[in-house]
Amino acid sequence: MITIDNLTKIFETPNGPVTAADHIQMEVPEGEICVLLGPSGCGKTTTLKMINRIIPSTSGRVLIGGEDTTGMNTVDLRRNIGYVIQQIGLFPNMTIEENIAIVPKLLGWDAAKYKARAKELLEMVALDPSVFLKRYPKELSGGQQQRVGVARALAADPPVMLMDEPFGAIDPINREVIQDEFLKMQQELKKTIMFVSHDIDEAVKMADRIAIFRDGKLVQYDTPDDLLAHPKDKFVENFVGDDRALKRLRLAKVSQVMESPGSYVTERDNLSTALHRMEEHGYYHAIPLVNAQRQPIGYVSKGVAKTTGGTCGEHYFGLKAIAHVNDDLRKIASLMFTHDQTWLPCVDDNGVLVGYISQRGITHYLGATYHRDGGVAPLEPMLQQA
Amino acid sequence: MDKQTLKRYLYVGLVLLAFVLGIQLEGDGFIDEMYSYQEDVMYLVVQHIELVVISGAIAIAVAIPLGTILSRPRFAAIAETAMQGLNIGTTIPTLAILALAMSFLGIGTLPAVFGLCIASLLPIVRNTYTGLKEVPAHMKEAAAGIGMTANQMLFKVELPNALFVIFAGIRTALAINVGTAPLAFLIGGGGLGELIFTGIDLDEPYMMLAGAIPTAMLAILVDILIAAIAFLMVPKGVNPQRA
Repeated sequence: MITIDNLTKIFETPNGPVTAADHIQMEVPEGEICVLLGPSGCGKTTTLKMINRIIPSTSGRVLIGGEDTTGMNTVDLRRNIGYVIQQIGLFPNMTIEENIAIVPKLLGWDAAKYKARAKELLEMVALDPSVFLKRYPKELSGGQQQRVGVARALAADPPVMLMDEPFGAIDPINREVIQDEFLKMQQELKKTIMFVSHDIDEAVKMADRIAIFRDGKLVQYDTPDDLLAHPKDKFVENFVGDDRALKRLRLAKVSQVMESPGSYVTERDNLSTALHRMEEHGYYHAIPLVNAQRQPIGYVSKGVAKTTGGTCGEHYFGLKAIAHVNDDLRKIASLMFTHDQTWLPCVDDNGVLVGYISQRGITHYLGATYHRDGGVAPLEPMLQQA
Repeated sequence: MDKQTLKRYLYVGLVLLAFVLGIQLEGDGFIDEMYSYQEDVMYLVVQHIELVVISGAIAIAVAIPLGTILSRPRFAAIAETAMQGLNIGTTIPTLAILALAMSFLGIGTLPAVFGLCIASLLPIVRNTYTGLKEVPAHMKEAAAGIGMTANQMLFKVELPNALFVIFAGIRTALAINVGTAPLAFLIGGGGLGELIFTGIDLDEPYMMLAGAIPTAMLAILVDILIAAIAFLMVPKGVNPQRA
């Protein structure tokens, strides 16, 4: 847990004092990622760097795991905080192994232990140790270097990590991949992480909580969903963008919006049965058709069911797209637009039909959380805490 | 004709030229003349090397710490002024330094070593200073951020990364040193200058060459030696020679 208590930084400049961080007050719960977000010069980086004293604070305190760091020796403090910067900062005179092992070495681990650790960490960041251990930083691509940068920060297993735009200098395609891998790692490691970014999309993707900064002040500190649904003022609203409703789609999974159990027909059912079921369940356009394993393979449209006779197996249309329960809503919205569908059948890991998701359902979900007093949408427990 | 073939012809040509030159020199007695100075040359080369090694070693031992100290943040205010002072110091001709050194240190090896030391100081200080200053700020931030002390940062990160530039300074300094060392003769410091200057005074070109040729060869040898040491000592990841 990181607690920031009234942290303030005033820089003395020739044009008078400038307040870079103004009585910042916030807390990052154990095991969560907090993204500090804002335009350049808003104080987010200053706040981050005051935690490990790269920038000394003017006043205020930082508590890590409840312990006041004010009296702590700077070197000891820093060795217990992983630090990743945008420019990566690997030491070009050392091999990848030496770079990763540097903090364990400073802490006096014995050689066998820190070598094993370097190997383990390289594997964790998806680089083959047999290929990379003995290489030098300049032989690696930017993305590979930053993976090593993350591994180095994790080397001594610090409970807390500070990351200053760690993926900012990596090309968009690799950035997505590294972000995904990092999130996967975080699920196991459960570090308490402070992460500076200027990219709202990155923040929404990575954060458990987002802190929006402006002119040295903390403007809003909320979960991504709350931030997007209820921006506190015009500044935050502009900063998160006009498409904030779309950004929220990424935060929800199909399983949260899916309607179930949902009715369906099989190939042997008559079209009249299909029509009957559609009317019974209030389906306006169509009903899914499943095979013997209850896997959706197509749909029967209401128009056809009304005007034609025979079995469903003879008159169904193939499926253009299927939603998986773990897909995020952004993907589903995209699929719906691409294939001009208003609903999609949802399947579990075995491909078995478990429900359906409709445009109406998504709209309802977004609407329900837009009004705090309104209906409560089925949010993940993690997102409900704020 | 491609480049490779051209190069080969060039080499063959050079070898032939050297051979012809050798025959010519042998023919007009040049080599015999040179041999007559063999004993002097051997004695003076040793003396010359002594001058270079002692003054060079002292220069390195003083210049690297000096450059390092000047590059530390707490000396930032005076560093540039100090570097300017050293720059101005270098514009003073070495002969003048030797003369000045002689006026208060007397005649002999001591003022010679002192003068050579001063002459080779600046390139090493300058390169140590710039080399350390040019270590990227983010690398130092990363080093500080992972909890290195100032000394650990200097020895594990800054110096290894500046080492190539520092060695370039040492090479320049020693090249100057070897080339200037003959002047030491003028204040009684000995060295190959003895043959060169005496040769000029006596209008004995062979005697002069017997001093000049070994001096030139020594300069080249020292340069190769320092390059080899740099090749081995500069860490592989930051060594352009081992890319």
